[in-house]
Amino acid sequence: MTTFASVLAEHYCYAADRPAIYLQIAGQPDRVITYSDLVCGAAGFASLLEQQGIRAGEVVVIILQHGEPLVYAFWGAILHGAVPAILPPLTEKLLPARYRADLAALIRVTRPRAIVTYPRFAGEVAYAVRVAAEPATAIIEFAEPIMRAPDFGALGGLRRRSDDHVLLQHSSGSTGLQKGVALSHRAVFNQLDAYAPSIGLTHDDVIVSWLPLYHDMGLIASFVMPVLQRVPLVLMSPFDWVRAPARLMQAIARYRGTLTWLPNFAYNFCATRIRERELEGVDLSSLRAVINCSEPIYHSSHQRFVQRFRSCGLRPEALATCYAMAENTFAVTQSVIGAEVSRNEGGGIGHSGQVSSGRPLANVCIRILSEERRDLSEGEIGEIALRSNCMLSEYYHRPDATAQAFFEGFYLTGDLGYMLNGELYVTGRKKDLIIVGGKNIYPQDLEALASEVEGVHPGRVAAFGVFSEEAGTEEVVIVAEAESEDLSERARIAEAVRAYVTQNSDVAVRRVVMVDRHWLVKTSSGKVARGANKAKYLSEFLG
Amino acid sequence: MGDDIIRSLAGYIATEILKNPQRVIRPDEKLISSGLIDSFHLVDLGLFVEERFGVRLDDSELNADTFDTLEQLAALVAARRA
Repeated sequence: MTTFASVLAEHYCYAADRPAIYLQIAGQPDRVITYSDLVCGAAGFASLLEQQGIRAGEVVVIILQHGEPLVYAFWGAILHGAVPAILPPLTEKLLPARYRADLAALIRVTRPRAIVTYPRFAGEVAYAVRVAAEPATAIIEFAEPIMRAPDFGALGGLRRRSDDHVLLQHSSGSTGLQKGVALSHRAVFNQLDAYAPSIGLTHDDVIVSWLPLYHDMGLIASFVMPVLQRVPLVLMSPFDWVRAPARLMQAIARYRGTLTWLPNFAYNFCATRIRERELEGVDLSSLRAVINCSEPIYHSSHQRFVQRFRSCGLRPEALATCYAMAENTFAVTQSVIGAEVSRNEGGGIGHSGQVSSGRPLANVCIRILSEERRDLSEGEIGEIALRSNCMLSEYYHRPDATAQAFFEGFYLTGDLGYMLNGELYVTGRKKDLIIVGGKNIYPQDLEALASEVEGVHPGRVAAFGVFSEEAGTEEVVIVAEAESEDLSERARIAEAVRAYVTQNSDVAVRRVVMVDRHWLVKTSSGKVARGANKAKYLSEFLG
Repeated sequence: MGDDIIRSLAGYIATEILKNPQRVIRPDEKLISSGLIDSFHLVDLGLFVEERFGVRLDDSELNADTFDTLEQLAALVAARRA
């Protein structure tokens, strides 16, 4: 029976000295982690879980920054047989109190047996555990790797079954953190069995990534898949990349990288934020595929990227697309690698010029459903539903959310799209969801926060995303009804809303607009209608 | 001279980053830890400082520990130019 731990044990026996991960940290020499190091570091961490009395099948939340401890904690939890869930650490702009509140809410739902974090953050975590009143949650401080030869006979990970949970994935925000996507060993291996051939993955590939591991594209495509499939991975910190995006290109050139996954905004970001001198001697001709995934895909972003990096040897046919979600482990569709990505040429079906996300993977069946859940035909836009052998087992401890997510065995994605010539085109979202830089943001979280600001009429707030051509992603706009008509007072309230929402959600708010009472459009049931208010905002303020 | 640097930086941040030229940024106002400038715009600020003042900021310096206000950033720029 194949499990994560059995594959690791195999690599330890037959590929001990091969590099698994080239870990990059700004200002330090690259650290090569071989499979031997990976397993010994993981076994060392597993011994900490053993000391704490943590048993196989129990959830271990990992809150660590990029670095060796994060790598060893994840694979150590796996070797121990525990179920790891990686969460983002506190950032400098997020208020600690809000972080604690969200973490406490997650602890109450997930009831993890342990939370692993770095020593200086342990106090915050302890506070959240007290707030959540879950005293059974142990706090493990982990800063220095412990290397220990594995005793496979004693490690609980080797006794896990294919259908057992192997990991949890969460999305961000107060809403997303309370829905942990639970995946089984079998689901992840089924995903890799379908996805690896669709990208022609071999041991000669080199994957380069700056993506965070608390996101499916980072965790599955750019961490779990390379380690399990024995494909070398060059891993850098998202925080290092965002301050110096050239690091990605330099790493690809240095390690002859062949594959990288990026959200759409990163194409624009790399095309405009890299200095010429940073590309001196940088050769990108090794790249087989740069795969656009996790937020709406724009042809203009691909064009900018090709124009900027063609002189570095980037081949235009390396640009590829993918549609993915944590609930299907990762990929649902993939464009053909090495071929130009299809675009809708018009002719009355769907949106002309739109970029295809590719064909469904061999193990995925897609349906496009109408509002009445009737199957729609080619070119008709409806909700994308899917069934595969790599879907989530459940939302962890959330039978209510799990039941709601399915229809006739198909997972309802909440995304809208259509099929054309066997390929999927994603057009938008049924659920109100804002995607900024590949991060899912629930507008209700932002609206609730804005309503807490003094001077805002509570409940009379709409948050939505507006696509920016320049940024290649959505930007967050909040429209709120003011209790004051004084313009300078309104400017002050708008500033307070921006600061408060940002510090409590970690979401940068591009614009806050204060409007008169009764400006916002409401639905017949009295809810703020986000779509209608977005249209009204666009016509009144940007028209 | 420090005031000139502050004015120039404030103008750039208000116009190009916040897209609100009317926005007044106080010299001691928190920029990064307040979320006014997010991480995606820090690299823009670094590029601007390099072009405008001919001073290089290392990417490791683009964080709230190195500078979090206009005053602090202007002092850093002035020191590098000297």
